[in-house]
Amino acid sequence: MYSFEPNEEQQMLMDAVGKYAENDLRPAAHDAEESHALPKKLVNKGWELGLLQASIPESYGGFGERSAVTGVLALEEMAFGDLAATLAVQTPSLFATPILLAGSEEQKQEYLPKIVGGEWSPYTAAFIEFSFDFDPHALKTTATLNDGEYVLNGEKVFVPFAKDAEAMIIYANLNGVTQGFIVPANTAGLKISDEREKLMGLNALPMYRVNLDDVKIPASNRLGGASGHDFDLILSSMRIASAAVAVGVANSSFEYAKNYAKERDAFGMKIAQKQAIAFMLAEMRTEIEAMRLLTWEAAWKLDNHKEDACVEAYLAFTGSVDMAMMVTDRGVQIYGGHGYIRENPVELLMRNGRGFPMLLGLAIV
Amino acid sequence: MTIEFETPKPILNQQVMLKTVAENMMRSVSREFDENEHSIPWDYVEFMHSAMRAMGGNGLAPRESENGKESSGKEKHPPIGYQLIATQIEALSWGDLGMYHCLPGGGLGAAAVYSAGSVEQRQKFLARFNEEKPTFAAMCMTEPGAGSDTSSILTRAVLDEKTNEWIINGEKIFVTGGDKSFTEYEKLGKGFIVVWASIDLIAGRAGMRAFVIESGTAGVKINKLEKKMGIRVSDTAAISLVDVRIPFENVLGSPTVEKTNTGFKGAMATFDATRPLVAASGIGVARAALEFLKEKLNENGIQIRYGLPRQKLSNIEREVIDMDIMLKSAWLMVLKAVWMADNKKPNAIEASMCKIKAGDVSTKITQKVVEILGPLGYSREFLAEKWFRDAKITDIYEGTGQINRLVVARQILGYSGKELR
Repeated sequence: MYSFEPNEEQQMLMDAVGKYAENDLRPAAHDAEESHALPKKLVNKGWELGLLQASIPESYGGFGERSAVTGVLALEEMAFGDLAATLAVQTPSLFATPILLAGSEEQKQEYLPKIVGGEWSPYTAAFIEFSFDFDPHALKTTATLNDGEYVLNGEKVFVPFAKDAEAMIIYANLNGVTQGFIVPANTAGLKISDEREKLMGLNALPMYRVNLDDVKIPASNRLGGASGHDFDLILSSMRIASAAVAVGVANSSFEYAKNYAKERDAFGMKIAQKQAIAFMLAEMRTEIEAMRLLTWEAAWKLDNHKEDACVEAYLAFTGSVDMAMMVTDRGVQIYGGHGYIRENPVELLMRNGRGFPMLLGLAIV
Repeated sequence: MTIEFETPKPILNQQVMLKTVAENMMRSVSREFDENEHSIPWDYVEFMHSAMRAMGGNGLAPRESENGKESSGKEKHPPIGYQLIATQIEALSWGDLGMYHCLPGGGLGAAAVYSAGSVEQRQKFLARFNEEKPTFAAMCMTEPGAGSDTSSILTRAVLDEKTNEWIINGEKIFVTGGDKSFTEYEKLGKGFIVVWASIDLIAGRAGMRAFVIESGTAGVKINKLEKKMGIRVSDTAAISLVDVRIPFENVLGSPTVEKTNTGFKGAMATFDATRPLVAASGIGVARAALEFLKEKLNENGIQIRYGLPRQKLSNIEREVIDMDIMLKSAWLMVLKAVWMADNKKPNAIEASMCKIKAGDVSTKITQKVVEILGPLGYSREFLAEKWFRDAKITDIYEGTGQINRLVVARQILGYSGKELR
């Protein structure tokens, strides 16, 4: 059967997250970006909505079951509020969800109850590398097995909350295959930059560089244990999460632009009454819907173990990246000169909107 | 409710059959009928008609039973009537868009009766499509001076109170299937055309009504069949109406002008139902073109490496992946719009959005495919160039991309036609 309506539970979650996005995140986004600081209260409030907790079974301290569909629905809603805050709230998921999806029984028991049982705590993951052709399947960070230990070498960038993290998953190239490795804080050879990353956007989110200089970890710290894991499942979950976040960010810009166009006078009428503007808005809305549905379908295919789920997730991600850029660019364009002023939200949204191709791995469902 | 993308069984069941038909009855003669404009593909018409009858079908008109109305007692299945039709149309248009228009049945004419007519009118006018001979119906909206601006049509209908007949005068053009619906052919059943006319020109939209005119009615003349860029096998008629007399009960909807513009709304409601179907047909053509391109690339040893970051892809790979994204997302938008129609949810915005997207996608993909294929694309040896010509119409008829943008914009902005012209 085809059906395009979230179930009751999902709708309740979406409503709660939507309220948080509208009432808490949107008003705080500008100041957080400008002051390079996210209020801790804001992140805690997002954490209490329980997106991650609801995706972890009771046996591991959570209160639900992971559903990629529910995940993308909730993430889109949250990202409508603010990208940096969404990624901050999400950060523990970067550690917990891969363990849930691919971890060994011991890893699940060791970490999941600890993470979901209490307040938001900084567990994170290091994935992105500083090269123009960064390829999830051809990482330059390496892992080698040596005397029953894995030795990690390389450099990771854009690692959220690395400074405070109690542990992180580091993705590395093990004989040509990407695998995750659990690395606790203070492991010898793990060096985290003092300074935060300075990016075009996302300045509210504390991100760091991580250097790995012969970082040695026990073989049991490989994600999934001795036999490792299927990385594509994790990658696909990252891709649809990014896609959902991109849809949320685009939708935010669209909403701002639409409302502005209905208020702004020019030539004796509202600019929204001009087809030049109205058509832009219609196209923005259409493309948002297109990518939303593609993301839903990819998530549904992941949940249902469909053969083409990974390709679909790749397509949803790739398409959403373009859509987010197109929509957020137009958001600024519709505001005209005012869109270029940082006081207006579409400005930040456009900088954020460019980020999705390189920010893969900062969200997961 | 929930979010689900599992293809329903009845749709899956028809896919294999539709593909066989598309390959063996359509693709095989695609070129022949493209080059012999206005000849009727009788083999196909008769085969399709008997096949649909054998399945107990009623053309491609939505069936009440599939819309969940007649399932008393038993557990109710969610209605999927429009979903079935959309997938049928996509599959047949994958075969040949022009020949899909030659599918016997009511087409847009029946759709108008279905959405603007009474229960009695539906029974009276729609039963014929399941008779022994294939039968057609067509919708006459466009006029020489009124295309997308359907509210400015000049064809008028006056009630002769003595005889209780409507007298209709006017000019209609771009009538898809007008010839097969109106001209009497030995091999065809008696069809009809649905003519949109005004019963009160001053009332504007409020005065617009649809009238059913049976084939052979005096005063109706088919002046010419247009010669087109594509979908050449589908006849496109120009029709003049001079003092055409039809019975009073052939008006769809209310016979008097009320303050509300129900007539125009009737036409627009028809569009809400049919736009996703036209979008589906555009997607069928685009899929045909994209699959052909992939086949040719494959023959030449080019594999699309899904999953690689864009920076590592070749230009052709990027193009193909972008086309995959367009095609899949456009199709999902169609599915959502018809799913809403099946579930009686207002879908004006979704219907227009999927039409915008599908119109864009089908033209872009077919244009891109011809480009990438180079001489193979431009040559009439293959069908890519034909799909390019065929696809363009899907961004024009049933509301151009621009009109649909206007419809969507008004909806999202909450503007009336006066506020956003």
